[in-house]
Amino acid sequence: MSEYYKPLPKPSPTSRPFWEAARRHELTLQRCGACRAYIYYPRDRCPKCFSDKLAWERVSGRGKVYSFTVVRRASSRAFSDAPYVLAIVELAEGPRMTSNIMAAPEDVRVEMPVEVCFDDVTPDHTLVKFKPA
Amino acid sequence: MSLKGKAAAIGIGELKPVKEPGDLTALGLMAQVAAEAIADAGLEKKDIDGFLVGVPFSDPGMIYPASAAEVLGLNVRMLNQVDIGGASPAGMIWRAAAAIDAGMCSAVLCIVADLNKVGDQRPPVISVQREFEAPYGNIGANCGYAMIAHRHMHEYGTTARQMAKVAVDQRTSALKNPLATFNDKALTIDDVLNSRMIVDPLHLYEIVSPVSGGAAIIVASPEVAKRAKNPPIWLLGAGEYANHSTITYAPSITESPIKPAAAAAFKMAGLQPKDMDIACPYDCYTITVIVTLEDAGFCKKGEGGPFVMEHDLTYAGDFPCNTHGGQLSFGQPGLAGGMSHVTEAIRQLMGRGGERQVKGAALGYVNGNGGIMSEQSSLVLERRS
Ligand SMILES: [Zn+2]
Repeated sequence: MSEYYKPLPKPSPTSRPFWEAARRHELTLQRCGACRAYIYYPRDRCPKCFSDKLAWERVSGRGKVYSFTVVRRASSRAFSDAPYVLAIVELAEGPRMTSNIMAAPEDVRVEMPVEVCFDDVTPDHTLVKFKPA
Repeated sequence: MSLKGKAAAIGIGELKPVKEPGDLTALGLMAQVAAEAIADAGLEKKDIDGFLVGVPFSDPGMIYPASAAEVLGLNVRMLNQVDIGGASPAGMIWRAAAAIDAGMCSAVLCIVADLNKVGDQRPPVISVQREFEAPYGNIGANCGYAMIAHRHMHEYGTTARQMAKVAVDQRTSALKNPLATFNDKALTIDDVLNSRMIVDPLHLYEIVSPVSGGAAIIVASPEVAKRAKNPPIWLLGAGEYANHSTITYAPSITESPIKPAAAAAFKMAGLQPKDMDIACPYDCYTITVIVTLEDAGFCKKGEGGPFVMEHDLTYAGDFPCNTHGGQLSFGQPGLAGGMSHVTEAIRQLMGRGGERQVKGAALGYVNGNGGIMSEQSSLVLERRS
């Protein structure tokens, strides 16, 4: 396997549980104990009601493509292996996530149902991606 | 409290952008446009007592305003950096007016300049974007606007031809703008659609080109404006709004924070979109113009595509829009790209549009847009007869 040269997430104390779950191939979100909102990306307080009563919950991993683009020419040399499909995935639980759709560009549509998959890009890093459901 | 009629733009300086920066420096460009704007206003450097500056990407630093003011040899009563992306220049205008109205100063130099250093896109500077965007390749602005365009097409049936029309009409105006980077060749819709696909559904000619350049505007109190060389262009209304940074986390990706920003600006002015003689909406991409015309209220939500097809957006048309060519034809010299919309509105309202002058233009709408439809700053400007 060649060396992975794309940017990698550097977890913060706030986000570490998210990335640790991803390494176990589980999608988890924070949920607010006060207003019950699911939260992405991880926060120290709920961005809706500002409560600090946040707990991690494993979620369904189901969602749909809210929008997407096929990046044919990337702004960054790290992604010179373009084309790739960049998408905003709307999770069944509500929050939207930036991710990649692991499918041929011509097969991706707005509103298409997708499900989570996990890409172990290095021994220490797993990215949360999606594939057609 | 209102800023209506409390200050006016009285002078502008703007460079023709260059593709290769050579030995230019951002501070050197600032000195050029500052001198030009101060002379254009009919003032002297000692009259400038306020300073708002955008930090160049090519010369970043903290505690920037005093350093830049020192290089320019300014002594000022108010100074600050405005850091709201492409909305910074429009945002400077009302901030200058607010400082003037508060009695802090009387003549504010608003200035931006930058160099395009050809090379790799800078990684995101914000930690959450490095962590949750960059690993998936959401780097730079192209991707976000492409996703806005796709969703807009899905929700409203907006077409590629409608988006392309924006670039075509703006180019027609650019042919009459000696300062525009791309002013030598007209475009057709097919030219745009046949240009290389960069990020579906956006083609090369729908995307701004980074260049090097700078621009400056003098905003002055009514007393200073009285002795200005040019007819003062009064600030009648201003509004600002932001509700996200990364587009993924925006409440809607097709309805932008321009809606509340523009509504506030028109309310302060006591005017409506239909009263405007010219519009200068920020145009980093073709879709940005369509969304802005909808959210500012020039047409209904979702009807921006048909609107740009039904109207002639050129300087000679029934809806003069970005008569300098927009950034799409002017080029994007960093933050000075966003100042080009403000300088063009001022130029047209002063009656200095040359071959592309819109006859009788007295009222203009400007929108500045930062990041991926993030920071929005709207202005209503007026030349009083
Ligand atoms: Zn909450």
